[in-house]
Amino acid sequence: MADRLLRMKGIGKSFAGTRVLEGVDFDLHAGEVHILAGENGAGKSTLIKILAGVHADYEGTMEVGGQVCRFRSPRDAATHGISVIYQELSLIPSMRVSDNIFLGRERSTHAGWMRHGSQAKACAALMARLGLDVNPSRNVEDYPISVQQTIEIAKALAFDARIIVMDEPTSALTKPEAERLFAIIAELKANGCGIIYISHKMEEIYRIADRITVLRDGTHVGTATAADLPRAALIHWMVGRDIDEQFPRHAPHLGGVRLQVEDFTVPDPHGRPYPLVDRVSLRVRAGEILGIGGLEGSGASALLNGLFGAYGRILGGRVALDDFPCAVRSPQHALRHGMALLTNDRKTSGLVLSMGIAENITLASVPKYSPGGWFNHGREMETARRHERAFGIRAASLTQTVETLSGGNQQKVVLAKWLETAPRVLLLDEPTRGVDVGAKQEIYALMDRWTAEGIAILLITSEMPELLALSDRIIVMHRGRITAEMSREEATQEKVLEAAMGQRSGVEGVAGP
Amino acid sequence: MINRKTHTIRALLALPFTRALMALLIIVSLGMVFNADGAFFDWGTHRDMLRQVSVYGILACGMTLVIITGGIDLAVGSVLGLMAVTFSILSIRLGVPPAAAILLTLLLGALCGAVSGALVARFRMQPFIVTLAMMVFARGLAKFLSEGKKIPNYVVGPDGSYTEAVPFFRHLDTRILGGNLAVVTVIFFLCVFLSWLVLARLRPGRYIYAIGGNEEAARLSGVPVGWVKVLAYGMSGFFAAVAGICQAAQETQGDPEAGATYELTAIAIVVIGGTNLMGGRGSILLTLLGTLTIGYLEKILSINAVSEAGRLMLTGGIIIAAVLLQRSRK
Repeated sequence: MADRLLRMKGIGKSFAGTRVLEGVDFDLHAGEVHILAGENGAGKSTLIKILAGVHADYEGTMEVGGQVCRFRSPRDAATHGISVIYQELSLIPSMRVSDNIFLGRERSTHAGWMRHGSQAKACAALMARLGLDVNPSRNVEDYPISVQQTIEIAKALAFDARIIVMDEPTSALTKPEAERLFAIIAELKANGCGIIYISHKMEEIYRIADRITVLRDGTHVGTATAADLPRAALIHWMVGRDIDEQFPRHAPHLGGVRLQVEDFTVPDPHGRPYPLVDRVSLRVRAGEILGIGGLEGSGASALLNGLFGAYGRILGGRVALDDFPCAVRSPQHALRHGMALLTNDRKTSGLVLSMGIAENITLASVPKYSPGGWFNHGREMETARRHERAFGIRAASLTQTVETLSGGNQQKVVLAKWLETAPRVLLLDEPTRGVDVGAKQEIYALMDRWTAEGIAILLITSEMPELLALSDRIIVMHRGRITAEMSREEATQEKVLEAAMGQRSGVEGVAGP
Repeated sequence: MINRKTHTIRALLALPFTRALMALLIIVSLGMVFNADGAFFDWGTHRDMLRQVSVYGILACGMTLVIITGGIDLAVGSVLGLMAVTFSILSIRLGVPPAAAILLTLLLGALCGAVSGALVARFRMQPFIVTLAMMVFARGLAKFLSEGKKIPNYVVGPDGSYTEAVPFFRHLDTRILGGNLAVVTVIFFLCVFLSWLVLARLRPGRYIYAIGGNEEAARLSGVPVGWVKVLAYGMSGFFAAVAGICQAAQETQGDPEAGATYELTAIAIVVIGGTNLMGGRGSILLTLLGTLTIGYLEKILSINAVSEAGRLMLTGGIIIAAVLLQRSRK
């Protein structure tokens, strides 16, 4: 395997002052599958985006086929034979298969007349090579996701891509579909392509890997052949850090069972056969923080959104709040029952960026500030000032729009909004994402205080130390199911990560796959 | 110190209100230059401008509410026509007393808007499509009710003489304060005040801004998104009915063709004021400034005897200029 397709050396990258990659080395040979592994936020996507020409300003050098390159655009990268198959496919559903495959490189006569016949023929040949029964003149949307994914691979081949990146390609596939993908990968390898493969599934990694590179917190931990890196070592490479931050979690003041969930199921909104959340049962006591571990796509976020009624009425399962059955049918309804959901993306679903700080803080409790419909701006400002002090929100004025605030201050505004609703159950999805260290500490302290007041918290966080230190109990999810449940004392980074990658560790009441 | 001062001035200049005011002042100063032998300095000119622009301004009030939710209401012109006809039929043909006729017409106008709003909210249809359909439907209904003919405000006596049927039409199209202000202008200002109450002082206003700013965040915060949309479109229909009654009074008849393309003027007014078509940002005060800007523009062109062709072309150019001026902050 002397034929080296790609060599990245000392790659570094910052976003708005935050280092996300530091001195990362990565290379790829012809005919190999190179797994890129790491926890959420380890820097995998950023590295791939640099390779794909999405981020043009980075430090370090990149050689493709022995030539030093610096891609300025995705198109630039594509002409150098690099093709990235993202989780969200980049096909245009309403266009024909053949038009998708030749998009941006249409075959046409000199007069600009499209040569549909020639495209269709070339397309059919490609499909045959991939063992796919696809009609080039049908629309992409007529085919299931698994076939669309293969069409995307065909597109890469049509562009003579030699470096193919696959970002969790099996996350939406059934088992036989995944097997067919692996067969295609074997075929690509035999044809001299190099494949960079990102996966969170242990089983899959060892099924197809030639070599494995692990990133952690934006740095290169190591590269080894799959045979030389047993599972335990891989896990250790992925988590291997010490918990040295301070987490103020005092002894919990546990009350009665606040929230009880049985067989809760959230079907896939696009009608795929795999539900986002699959028969999950859990209970949380008043004053308790239940941590939910899991990697991207584990269904943890969908669980919180489902409980909050964000998908409308959920038919699968039962929910009880303080021993009263409660079939939540909308966020409005959930709020009335004393639930609050901090979503994992404050910009798209948490804040109204064009409104002021005070207006955002009272948004979920507007009726309280407009008795009889008449808005009481004075009372609103009073409340906003109270929260500004309690949360330590730093802003010039409470009427300034929240789009002008830093990430940490924005997050505090969202937290203040939900606390203002006086919740009994607080669903927190990544409460410290994109927040600086100081604000994180403040948010930890606030969470500790809220539980002391009897609020039950369900916490999702992709930061392992945070999960271990803040949670009184931890459940771990993988593909919509709970794969492990452990007490605060039992939990270790390794155990959580193993369960998050699909290894079941004898959970009570959880049936096998 | 100097730095801080320039900073404050810059911040002030970045405010949409300042920009809308500047656009208005530029137009007004153009009027002072091209004053048509002093005609621009005559109060009568301003009074007439206000009277002529009032119907557009009333429509723009409703349009502002809808646009802040992130939607659009193309039906206001047609609903205006339908309501002008409805009001005329009720009061002239059926002899319903003006007060009752007004009440009924306003209710029907609000209903037209509410239907659009309900379709947008319940079936998640695009506002453009829904209100386009309502625009066509309302125009058809207006023609059906009037049998395609204008409904004039007079009765022909046995001796062939024309006598006014309903004096209320004349009362609505008179001037008050010693002939210095048209009644329709007062109605326009009342509509502005009502919109201001809703947007700035009442609960639904907060919801309207929240939905336009981030519908998903609003929904997850328990905002009754559907009802608020029904309300916003309903109020747009209500204002279209107010405009329809005023239009009928000004024309002394119910014309089924009345209000065609008025929705475009209303949108232009809102946009020139600086309310964002993406929703979430804007205010009724901006729409007031936008109304005056459009009104003065038309007036200045007409007192200078610019042909209609030239007027239309200039108006098109000025809409683009005004929007560029609004946008130049980034």
